[in-house]
Amino acid sequence: MSLRTPLGRVLGHGSAKEGTAHFVSQRISALALVLLGGWFIVSMYLLESTAYLEVVRYIGRPLNSVLLSLLAVTVSYHSYLGVQVVVEDYVHAPGLKLLALIGSRFAHTLIAVASIYAVIRIGLIT
Amino acid sequence: MSNSGRPLSPHLSVYRWPITMTLSILHRITGVGMSFGLIVFAICLIQAAAGPEQYQYFRVALSHPIGIGLLIAWTFAFFLHLGNGIRHLVWDLGYGFEKSQANASAYFVLFMAAVLTAVFWIVKL
Repeated sequence: MSLRTPLGRVLGHGSAKEGTAHFVSQRISALALVLLGGWFIVSMYLLESTAYLEVVRYIGRPLNSVLLSLLAVTVSYHSYLGVQVVVEDYVHAPGLKLLALIGSRFAHTLIAVASIYAVIRIGLIT
Repeated sequence: MSNSGRPLSPHLSVYRWPITMTLSILHRITGVGMSFGLIVFAICLIQAAAGPEQYQYFRVALSHPIGIGLLIAWTFAFFLHLGNGIRHLVWDLGYGFEKSQANASAYFVLFMAAVLTAVFWIVKL
């Protein structure tokens, strides 16, 4: 057993240098989403019909496939960061909080992977 | 809390509700709302990848008035969160903190979100 105080153990080590990581990640993904989201909403506005062929042709164009995949990943990440803050703010029971955070991470990863898989598959069949 | 009759520090109810607070709360609500919308986004892609029949099921389901209502709500949420997000990024750069500026940008974001949502859906419906 160490007789050093908790303060004594951490003094001199400096901070972990990650205090702003969450904040910065949220802003950078937000910046990316201004561009990707802007492209997406304009695309949806210009899309002439929501019929199967039209939609699949749209998703299957290489540039659209790339941007849609980027959008899916970035928006999932940004959404995870946001939901994390909301959970940490409002869910106080330790067990439930952990469950919500892990569940949110799984769900967001699932959404990102499923979206990319779908986009690639549509690209291959069109 | 025990009511000892001693004075409490001023709380939310003593202030006139500022527009900036509305935007702050709406930013959260629209963010969480779009997180749920993301599920529908992914289902849409998966159903389109699954084939014409599966996609048609999804399309018909989303064409229900409730589906259209959700899509309109998500469109408004998108424009509001985008506009207010840009407002936040401008704040991060150190601009627009004056009370008059913050109030004006709040009304502007709210107004633009409503206008853009209307423009988007007037053509679509």
